[in-house]
Amino acid sequence: MKILVTAKRVEDAESKIRVNPQGTGIVPEGLKYKINPFDEIAVEEGLRLVAKHGGEVVVVSIGGKEVQEQLRHALAMGAHKAVWVNHAGALDQLAIAALLAKVVEAEKPDLAILGKQSIDDDQNQVGQYLAEFLGWGQATFASKVESLESDAEKGKHPGVMLSADGKAVVVVREVDNGLATVECQMPAVVTTDLRLNLPRYASLPGIMKAKSKPIQELTPAGLGVDVTPKVVIQKMVPPPARKAGIKVPDVATLVDKLKNEAKVV
Amino acid sequence: MLSGHGLFGEEHDAFRRTVRAVVQKELRPFAREWEERQEFPRALFTRFGELGFLGLKYPEEYGGSNAGELYEAVLLEELARCGSGGVSAGLGAQFTIATAPLHRYGTDAQKRRWLVPAIRGERIGALGVTEPDAGSDVAGLRTTARRDGDHYVVNGSKLYITNGVRADFVVLAVKSDPGAGHSGLSMLVVERGTPGFGVSRRLEKLGWRASDTAELHLEDCRVPVANLLGREGEGFAQIMGNFQWERLSLALGALGAADELLETSLQYVKDRHAFGKPLAAFQVLRHRLAEMATDLECARQLTYHALRLHVGGEYAIAQTSMAKKVATEMCCRMADQALQLHGGAGYMMELDIQRHWRDARLGPIGGGTSEIMNEIIAKQLGI
Ligand SMILES: Cc1cc2nc3c(=O)[nH]c(=O)nc-3n(C[C@H](O)[C@H](O)[C@H](O)COP(=O)(O)OP(=O)(O)OC[C@H]3O[C@@H](n4cnc5c(N)ncnc54)[C@H](O)[C@@H]3O)c2cc1C
Repeated sequence: MKILVTAKRVEDAESKIRVNPQGTGIVPEGLKYKINPFDEIAVEEGLRLVAKHGGEVVVVSIGGKEVQEQLRHALAMGAHKAVWVNHAGALDQLAIAALLAKVVEAEKPDLAILGKQSIDDDQNQVGQYLAEFLGWGQATFASKVESLESDAEKGKHPGVMLSADGKAVVVVREVDNGLATVECQMPAVVTTDLRLNLPRYASLPGIMKAKSKPIQELTPAGLGVDVTPKVVIQKMVPPPARKAGIKVPDVATLVDKLKNEAKVV
Repeated sequence: MLSGHGLFGEEHDAFRRTVRAVVQKELRPFAREWEERQEFPRALFTRFGELGFLGLKYPEEYGGSNAGELYEAVLLEELARCGSGGVSAGLGAQFTIATAPLHRYGTDAQKRRWLVPAIRGERIGALGVTEPDAGSDVAGLRTTARRDGDHYVVNGSKLYITNGVRADFVVLAVKSDPGAGHSGLSMLVVERGTPGFGVSRRLEKLGWRASDTAELHLEDCRVPVANLLGREGEGFAQIMGNFQWERLSLALGALGAADELLETSLQYVKDRHAFGKPLAAFQVLRHRLAEMATDLECARQLTYHALRLHVGGEYAIAQTSMAKKVATEMCCRMADQALQLHGGAGYMMELDIQRHWRDARLGPIGGGTSEIMNEIIAKQLGI
């Protein structure tokens, strides 16, 4: 089978993010970048699926030339080839999904696996838009029944399964009150949740092999997609700093404050 | 720091990110616990074997990846960020000092017997040179190996041996010709369980606490002649040859630890406020950090220079000795300054700084002291 996965470049969660004084964006100095952790899970899941069923994993990233680092990372994990949509400016989720839809049309994968969201702006939209644009079924928030510590997990079985006839994916989804299992005809879009798998490291042999794997370069114009943003960020503000707490002398005062000041009980 | 310094390419950077992720996920969260227990799990050796980290510079036919010393340099720098000098020392001893003599001087059979399982992390190795009565003065070793048929009968003791307590084999420096000086030294591999060979005690240390450091004793211990590395009398040259990479590895570890300390300090002076402003707003502290960064960069440049010569095949003994001295001493200063910048918090066991401060102190002692580095440099100057 052929699986398309995404690898967005995002700020490292360990970097300190600061909003610039003009409120137009974040301060880029001193930031480190990495692959969106949800996408890394998508890459891992794709690799596990092709390890079981055969096939190849194609990884896609959209951005300036620096996103090649994330593509190389996915290639070093084991993805077979990469597609780079070269675009340096701002993009909204609709434009991203439209670009991905064009790549999907060209690559014709059986499955597109995306992170359910990216940890930079946490939108959680692209997978859903993509399914809509393609007219495919979607199974979002893919998770797993087994805990991460189970032997099944250690055995690196994919969490995403194929139906007996091999024509549908069976996905366990995380929902508010537990786990729901859905079956979805392929081709389909799957988005990954955090507990689906533990991504492998890029091994040294993997890093060496990635050097010679192809990265195909595309552009929005070449794909015929107008990427003019329909959603524009007007202003960014940091969340208000937390105020210092107070100590209360006894439970009665606490209850009183919760009732009359905070008005929460 | 990911900048290439004319040494490291994209693949080295990618490997650095992998090592960093391993350190972040599998070592750092447990460093404190292991330091307190004064031991890290034996399984870490097999884990590192599985990750291919124990055989980066060894040939593929023995299970290595033949990637080269630059990859090991990356590993050493990043490993030093794990928060426990003991963990990096114990694991580092395996791939820097214990297995290198096997690779360089061992026969094919010897490599298959010890190097292959050591690269997999299934057998732990140690290097035993230092003795109670001879450390810096390697030619003055007193452990003797008397030939008796197809065995050597070994008598003596070894001190401060990293991984010595749980080592499956020790590469031992011995006097095979007690009458001779330098030319009387040889290297022998002694396996755990050989009658007459044992651990006298596990030593208590100021730092590197998660690593085991042993005193070993050998009493009429019969070691097969087949365990001799190279030829009799070549020991001194073998030990000196190995010292080059050991010293570079200590310098590289010092760079990694110092970089970590600098990053921690930079964050702290931005976050911590005094007199109504962040510490970073006080010029005296800004300048101190500028000096710390400069100190690190000087040591880095010298170390990378020695490393470049070394990987280029030169026997860069002066530059390597200079780098070892400069980088390990820099790391002590860095830890001390970082501790000072953290005020009372720096003195608390909760933070990693105090541990770095204790761990760094070994740098100018182990693998040849700063004074011995100066001796070597002076000799190279022709005096
Ligand atoms: C934690 C730890 C781990 C170690 N691991 C190992 C290991 O795995 N394998 C191993 O073989 N060894 C190991 N060592 C030993 C280490 O290499 C020695 O401690 C070191 O080489 C110094 O030797 P020494 O302790 O005998 O000091 P000495 O040689 O007795 O030196 C004492 C002092 O005299 C100075 N001095 C000595 N000679 C001269 C001179 N000619 N000119 C000027 N000053 C001089 C020294 O610099 C030092 O300051 C370890 C040590 C420690 C502390």
